[in-house]
Amino acid sequence: MDYYKSEDLKKFSEVGKFSKDLMDKFFDYYNTAINTDGSLTKREKSLIALAIAHSKQCPYCIDAYTTQCLETGANPEQMTEAVHVAASLEAGIKLIHAVQMQNIMKKNGAI
Amino acid sequence: MASCNNKCEYDFKKFIDNISLNLSPTTINTLQVNITKLCNQACLHCHVDASPKRKEQMDLDTINRCLEILNDNNEITNLDLTGGAPELNPYFDYFVQEAKKLNKHIMVRHNLTVTFDGNPVTGESKEYLPSFFAENKLEVISSLPYYQEYFTDKQRGKGVFEKSIDSIRILNMVGYGTDNPDLQLNLVYNPVGAFLPADQASLENDFKYELKDKYDITFNRLFTITNMPINRFKQQLKNLNAYNDYMNKLINSFNPDAANGIMCKNIISVSYDGKLYDCDFNQMLDMNISIKNKDLSIHDFDFKTLVNRKIRFGSHCFGCTAGNGSSCGGNTT
Repeated sequence: MDYYKSEDLKKFSEVGKFSKDLMDKFFDYYNTAINTDGSLTKREKSLIALAIAHSKQCPYCIDAYTTQCLETGANPEQMTEAVHVAASLEAGIKLIHAVQMQNIMKKNGAI
Repeated sequence: MASCNNKCEYDFKKFIDNISLNLSPTTINTLQVNITKLCNQACLHCHVDASPKRKEQMDLDTINRCLEILNDNNEITNLDLTGGAPELNPYFDYFVQEAKKLNKHIMVRHNLTVTFDGNPVTGESKEYLPSFFAENKLEVISSLPYYQEYFTDKQRGKGVFEKSIDSIRILNMVGYGTDNPDLQLNLVYNPVGAFLPADQASLENDFKYELKDKYDITFNRLFTITNMPINRFKQQLKNLNAYNDYMNKLINSFNPDAANGIMCKNIISVSYDGKLYDCDFNQMLDMNISIKNKDLSIHDFDFKTLVNRKIRFGSHCFGCTAGNGSSCGGNTT
């Protein structure tokens, strides 16, 4: 996907060139939420972020959080399980809508 | 933030000068002696490029001169024996026993597997090592890149994890890694690949829990070490086309607090042929301690002169100063 270049990740802060105050607030919130140990460890947060990155299919985030997971001590098994959580939730989100499909079928006497 | 491309030099000295950071020796409390490049393993990250094919060995005269230095300088309280696998030097036992008579604290960089593999050249068994270490109350410092097989074997070779676990089990049996303060077993973690190490305390907890839970083995402390971008690991980075990214990662993670704790401020490194260096990495890069255009050896050892020397820096120094810092004793912050 040529449109996304990994070196562009380093330019994230440049988005603050305009509306700097809003971007500063975002980074403050972002760094506090993700890059600190709280009730969840930084590693646990990194694994959650990795799962969301896959769910949202964001190449920048996959790049950043693969690194951050490894640099907070996670291992490939944990990271792959996190992606499976994202994938299974995506599948579940699709499948639960089949209830709507069945509702329509029931309503119209098909089943 | 500083960053470089292929044509740029990563100038550590210029970098610290720009921020007016003075990094000078404060004392010499440790003599780190690299007594052989021979090793039973050939690990991907090894900055010494050690392997079963290497032949460099410190001779007896040079070892005796090291002992004289230890005897003459009370400030030097620690002897740190490294290699290669230091146990593969034919005078290793002698060196340990004589240094012990001088009441020095002795550390051995023990790769765990040499106990089972023995000497790859002579076939000599090394199964006596755990008992020998315990008799002489050596601090054993051993690399175990991860508490799982995959990462460990990827970095250190197939089968190394299983052998390492068996070896730690034997060390536990002779009292290492337990609550005996004289028998310290410390493990060393370094990342597999072009990544920075995780937080030392957090990872130590994981290692302790996982190794106890899955293998019923124990150790005392975990040291996290950053992979130095020199020799074999540098070549690996180049092969992956990741060298510049890794260097920029180190530079962007520069931490002045970590820099103030760097080990070259209080150690002297000695090569197998008796030359003096600021650290084991400088040794592998042939960056001798040089005063008035003379490369110093153990025959020139003078405590005051060496404490007043200027440390030689290179691009690899960004490895010791990134993140929480890195030294032979783990993080520096």
